[in-house]
Amino acid sequence: MTKKLQNITSKAWSLAAVIAILIIWQIASSTGLVLEFMLPAPTAVVKAFFEDFPALMTNARVTLLEAFAGLLLGVAIGFIMAVLMDRFRHLYQAFYPLIVLTQTIPTVAIAPLLVLWFGYEMMPKIILIVIVTFFPVTVSLLEGFRSADQDTIQLLRSMGASQVQIFRYVKFPGALNRFFSSLRIAVSYAVVGAVISEWLGGFEGLGVYMTRVKQAFAFDKMFAVIFLISAISLILMWLVDRIQKWCMPWEKAEK
Amino acid sequence: MSELIVEDVSFAYEKENIIEDIQIELHDHELVSLLGASGGGKTTLFHVISGLAKPGKGRVLLDGKDITGQPGHVSYMLQKDLLLPYRTIEDNVALPMEIKGMKKKEARKRAGEFFKEFGLEGTQKKYPRQLSGGMRQRAALLRTYMFSKNVALLDEPFSALDTLTKHDMHEWYLKVMDKIKMSTLFITHDIEEAILLSDRIYLLTGKPGRITEEIVIREPKPRRKDFNLTREFLEYKKRILAKL
Repeated sequence: MTKKLQNITSKAWSLAAVIAILIIWQIASSTGLVLEFMLPAPTAVVKAFFEDFPALMTNARVTLLEAFAGLLLGVAIGFIMAVLMDRFRHLYQAFYPLIVLTQTIPTVAIAPLLVLWFGYEMMPKIILIVIVTFFPVTVSLLEGFRSADQDTIQLLRSMGASQVQIFRYVKFPGALNRFFSSLRIAVSYAVVGAVISEWLGGFEGLGVYMTRVKQAFAFDKMFAVIFLISAISLILMWLVDRIQKWCMPWEKAEK
Repeated sequence: MSELIVEDVSFAYEKENIIEDIQIELHDHELVSLLGASGGGKTTLFHVISGLAKPGKGRVLLDGKDITGQPGHVSYMLQKDLLLPYRTIEDNVALPMEIKGMKKKEARKRAGEFFKEFGLEGTQKKYPRQLSGGMRQRAALLRTYMFSKNVALLDEPFSALDTLTKHDMHEWYLKVMDKIKMSTLFITHDIEEAILLSDRIYLLTGKPGRITEEIVIREPKPRRKDFNLTREFLEYKKRILAKL
């Protein structure tokens, strides 16, 4: 009960902070402290959002499609790599440094190359998202598998369990918590990755739309897109949270 | 009918013998303790018997069949309960049967029949963290029993519990064992626990560890309530202390 109350109070504080910032912003804009075309007032942004709603939604659909396809592939690849590297030590030794290396490549730098190689359609975008999302998934799952309790593994071995059974009953469920943490990160990477790759070439999507309104100096619309992208990321992260709670009912079992 | 014979077993780690020429027998429905100091090779011996480790010398026979180095024949319970936190108690208990290839539903049903006997009624749908240490240990013992009704190896199953819980567990354990009659090999470094629970006690001492003494506890089972306060009990304790 007190915990719930604390939770509500902490949420109230963060909500208050957001509202305060919005009020200050609104006042700064409407009193002319900041030039309207440089930083549009929140009300202008909201107005732009509703005026542009149909266009935003058509473009969001494309971006989301790319993000989902890339995320799905990224998670699948990350999972397979983690399983293989956990099972075969030499694979781990051979590929782990390479995997880390892929993460040092700046996304913005390879996105144009991917466009050159794979064209302006969805393909280069999905590839970019795969590159940014598989990493957190691989690393977290691998760590989860490797941190499995050795005594529990011994116990299962004494029961005559096979490697596959040990994976299924001990390693995999034990890695779920870490997996979902990485999935939350991967989801936001996927959305941002989709937008960035659209900036650098494409016909549709929130990133393409963003470049267009920027060139038209329609900053109110620009902000509307930015907020939409944030909102999409937040909703997806919340969704991951729900899925995690549903997949891991033992976490909330009361003492 | 199950009988376990450990025949002349030695096990070395990095060329140094940890246990040497171990010769022990466990007869049907017997509870036999291995008593010795920590680090004396008791757990190593259990690893060999359970098939997790291959001995450098000697054999392990279960009902005349050579099971040396083969896991999956005798059940093994470790000091920690090792219940999987993401499985309900009934699914934890059913796990060994699932590993053997039984359908989950059937395994649950079979395990369910023993919950009452083990004093675990009402815990089926609970998760391990919702149970007390003593109850978790009961569940772990039931899981051990579900794995193999022949021979169980228990590695200090009660040593992590507080004294009062431990006392309760001893009473509970003797009661359950009286009903289910599982042949059990029991590791402990607690002399009183060994005398209280066992039919026979092997002393494992020295470096490398050898069986130096076998003591038969001639107190009928079920044991008297105040057996641990009797003169006989103290005599046994004296005898063991002198040999350790």
